[in-house]
Amino acid sequence: MLTRREILKAFVGLPLALAACKSPSGTSGMDGRIVGASNNIGHILRERRKFEVAEEGWTNVGTVIVGGGIAGLSAGWKLKKEGFDDFVLLELEKKAGGTSVSGTSPLVSYPWGAHYLPVPFKENEDLVGLLKEMDLIESFAEDGDLVIPEQFLTRDPEERIYYKGRWYEGLYLYPGATKEDLRQLNAFQQKIDEWINWRDGSGMRAFSVPVSSCSEDPEVIALDRVSFAEWLTRQGFTSDRLIWYCDYACRDDYGLTLSQTSAWAGIFYFSSRVRKAGEESQPFITFPEGNGRFVDHFATEVKAQTMSSALVVEVIPSENGVEVVFLDTETNTAKGVRAKNAIFAAPIFTTGFLVRGFSNSAPFDPAEFQHNAWFVANLFLKERPKNRFERDFPLSWDNVLYESRSLGYVTATHQKGIDYGPTVLTYYYPMAEKELKAGMNKLLSLDWKELADICLTDLERAHENIREATTRIDIMRWGHAMISPRPGFIWGGEREKAMKPFRNVHFAHSDLSGIAIFEEAFHHGLRAAGEILEQGSRG
Amino acid sequence: MNRRVPLLFLNVFVIATCGLIYELLAGTLASYVLGDSVTQFSIIIGLYLFAMGIGSWLSRFIETNLAERFVDVELAVAVLGGVSAPLLFFSFANLSYFNVILYAVVIGIGTLVGLEIPLLMRILKDELDFKELVARVLALDYVGALAASILFPIFLVPTLGLVRTSLMFGILNAAVGLWGTWLLFPLIKPGKILFLRIKGVFVIALLIIGAIKADTLTVLAEEGLYQDSIIYAESSKYQRIVVTRGRTGFALFLNGNLQFNSFDEYRYHEALVHPPMLAYPGTPKRILVLGGGDGLAVREVLRYKSVESVTLVDLDPDMTSLGKRLPVLSDLNRHSLDDKRVEVINADAFVWLSDTKTEPFDVAIVDFPDPNNFALGKLYSTRFYKLLRSKLKPESSVVIQSTSPLYARNSYWCIVETIEAAGFTAKPYQTTVPSFGIWGYVLAKQTPFDPPKEVPKDLDLAFLDSRSMEDMFNFPVDTDRPKEELEINRLDNQALVRYYEAEWRRFE
Repeated sequence: MLTRREILKAFVGLPLALAACKSPSGTSGMDGRIVGASNNIGHILRERRKFEVAEEGWTNVGTVIVGGGIAGLSAGWKLKKEGFDDFVLLELEKKAGGTSVSGTSPLVSYPWGAHYLPVPFKENEDLVGLLKEMDLIESFAEDGDLVIPEQFLTRDPEERIYYKGRWYEGLYLYPGATKEDLRQLNAFQQKIDEWINWRDGSGMRAFSVPVSSCSEDPEVIALDRVSFAEWLTRQGFTSDRLIWYCDYACRDDYGLTLSQTSAWAGIFYFSSRVRKAGEESQPFITFPEGNGRFVDHFATEVKAQTMSSALVVEVIPSENGVEVVFLDTETNTAKGVRAKNAIFAAPIFTTGFLVRGFSNSAPFDPAEFQHNAWFVANLFLKERPKNRFERDFPLSWDNVLYESRSLGYVTATHQKGIDYGPTVLTYYYPMAEKELKAGMNKLLSLDWKELADICLTDLERAHENIREATTRIDIMRWGHAMISPRPGFIWGGEREKAMKPFRNVHFAHSDLSGIAIFEEAFHHGLRAAGEILEQGSRG
Repeated sequence: MNRRVPLLFLNVFVIATCGLIYELLAGTLASYVLGDSVTQFSIIIGLYLFAMGIGSWLSRFIETNLAERFVDVELAVAVLGGVSAPLLFFSFANLSYFNVILYAVVIGIGTLVGLEIPLLMRILKDELDFKELVARVLALDYVGALAASILFPIFLVPTLGLVRTSLMFGILNAAVGLWGTWLLFPLIKPGKILFLRIKGVFVIALLIIGAIKADTLTVLAEEGLYQDSIIYAESSKYQRIVVTRGRTGFALFLNGNLQFNSFDEYRYHEALVHPPMLAYPGTPKRILVLGGGDGLAVREVLRYKSVESVTLVDLDPDMTSLGKRLPVLSDLNRHSLDDKRVEVINADAFVWLSDTKTEPFDVAIVDFPDPNNFALGKLYSTRFYKLLRSKLKPESSVVIQSTSPLYARNSYWCIVETIEAAGFTAKPYQTTVPSFGIWGYVLAKQTPFDPPKEVPKDLDLAFLDSRSMEDMFNFPVDTDRPKEELEINRLDNQALVRYYEAEWRRFE
């Protein structure tokens, strides 16, 4: 059993741990609980119990989709759009959405994970189609670029950073930066600009969304063999602030530290959303509930086909179809779906457990698809978090603490224009342990009280009133939050192998891009749906 | 002498307590008025300790008449420490070089306090052996500091306040000095004793008078921040509301920014309300007022007999209730907020517009504070004006108070162009409100139109007539639309807040 001090020390550092332990208050008088993410039923999979499905427990359909995250949902959405509705979507939780789910309160909705989508380039026609359908495009500029209504773009002030007692505008810590710091920042930007403008022989960009539209030129691929940390060192970058900035980017987008992240992924973060050097990065589309808006859109479309609380225990490919056995966790009965084919839209690492016969003739190694763990806390505040200093940069959408291992918090009321009184803050903490598995175990060993205390202690450095102001904290532990683009993973070959169907099972997940973002999940959902539709038209 | 030694130790204790109190006072006061308490406390503690070092070092130059000098030092600390808080409040309100005074006071008190203990130890050195002396004097010195640091936040600040604490400890300090003339009697030259006592009594009397007047002093010091006397002050959930009264009339300040002066507010409000009311074709019935919790715009609206309902949306319930409660204000707005046609809604207008379904309005009057922060900036964005459009009829007219086209020319024209970008035809206009200077408004409709020409006589206005109406729509060169391209104020860039800050900063 760890003491409060030891836990706090591990998560927020010793000085804050000591300070917090002086006051016994902790989380007293606060409401809240651990929500969602059925980590506790994962063991059923590992036990490999046998489930007998009664004859009346079987459903026959054309296609079964396993997993209702963005990939599974967009696959279903695509099938329906193409007039194919003979499918079911099996979702483990009560509510589909995966790491894009959101919650609601009488005041405002709030995200539990993914919370924005950079405005896509016009070339990403599928995604543009989705945005058009959702009425999120105001018009198209002369050059074809999307004009998004301002209320869906991140409202200014967008970001601020807390450092030694004060909040400053932006994400890069300018105050106190030396000439050398600024020179390096500039030089870094130039390096990135080179990659933004880089094109291969056939005119493809080095970095673009989705990953499948990136050049596979050896010069670019080579970046995947080193860590981002090593790449920065080789380029002569030593500035603490720049290193922090890049490390923050890796933790924010990938849940990994600088040295755990592939340089290819690191540069992807900075360059894939800039049209050409010197231009602004694509703005973000966001909602109070984050990407929950997209989830709800998809979920409404595929409502009739969705079976929730369905824990898939086995996927059995056969000569001319596939059988999926699942446990209805509401009634605790085993049920099954017989289909011509399946879209496997669950995390790829589960393939080995779930797909019968996979391990005997595995076309790829599921263990290569490593996930990392996060926890996300939603803090319900009865009043605004106070700045230490009146003239500090005000509460923004994204609020980052320079000295913290967390990613800071996002303000749910910001996008709604609610600038006074109660609010909901969404706090993100990637485990980013050396051993990814250790991160998950450590996370799952902590209870609500301990996790809530961690996030309060962390935020208390910037907001003295955080404990008084917070009335409730709900916490989501994401044991397998997102794929880890470690050096060698994205261009190591495993991804490519997994994109081919295994017998009648087609894979669809952002894991297959190596980068856990909405656009990638959406891309693979549509790709897999396309494969199914093509088969249907042939057969 | 020997039996007086314990009493002298009591003296050490009081000196130490007073010394630390002065230091805490300076630190607290500086963080009150300057903010940034970490910096203020850190600098003041450092300066104070350093000054004590200077005092201790200076004590070597005092060779003779130790007891007499000691009493002098005590009385000097009493005066300087005793008046420190009122002096500092006063200079913050009235002088631009407040920091100089602050640090001078801290160094002065520190130096004097630094002199005290070395002098006292030298006085006592013949009475006790050195080991005992150092142990007792320093121990009591620290105990005194402890007492002060506990008393100060728990008892003194909450019950007495800074000014009275300062004066009270000055008196205590002077009393100890005076008492010293008895305790140290054998060590003081007989000829000097009377003079010392007179000085002591004088200092105590001075500080007692100060303490009696303390209430007036506090108000005096705070009032220095405003030109006139404060008749009402409160901090609501959203802002600091202050009402002052002077020779020309009374004035309302929100967060220190002047909202109106009763002497010339009719100019501002007539110019705000009548152009949109008269620009509406036909008789305006349903009116929307956003902001304007003082009820003065509503007063002008209610001059029109045709008005059936006024919906006033203002963020701050304390402000709108003040418009009803405070007699000077409700007289000025002619009890407009109590009129049965008026409905007061306390909400952020942005959120209200996006979340509320209403019948369309004939006229909308937008009277927000100037866009000096992001929360206000959103109320001047294209999104806001589009939301507003959705609450209007095709023929409705709108007015927006738009800061000064002279002091903040880019800000003003940024508002005009933002309104145009939101699909309105804008007719910018300006007038002079002496309390504010040249002031700007924008009259707007959803289709091209001409500004109203006639001002009916029966409205019985004090400022606006047909001729002055026409004049308002002409812009002299120095306030006219700038040549350079201005950014449109959108939620995702908040360009206006940045223009506004840059322009008004020049006048601060």
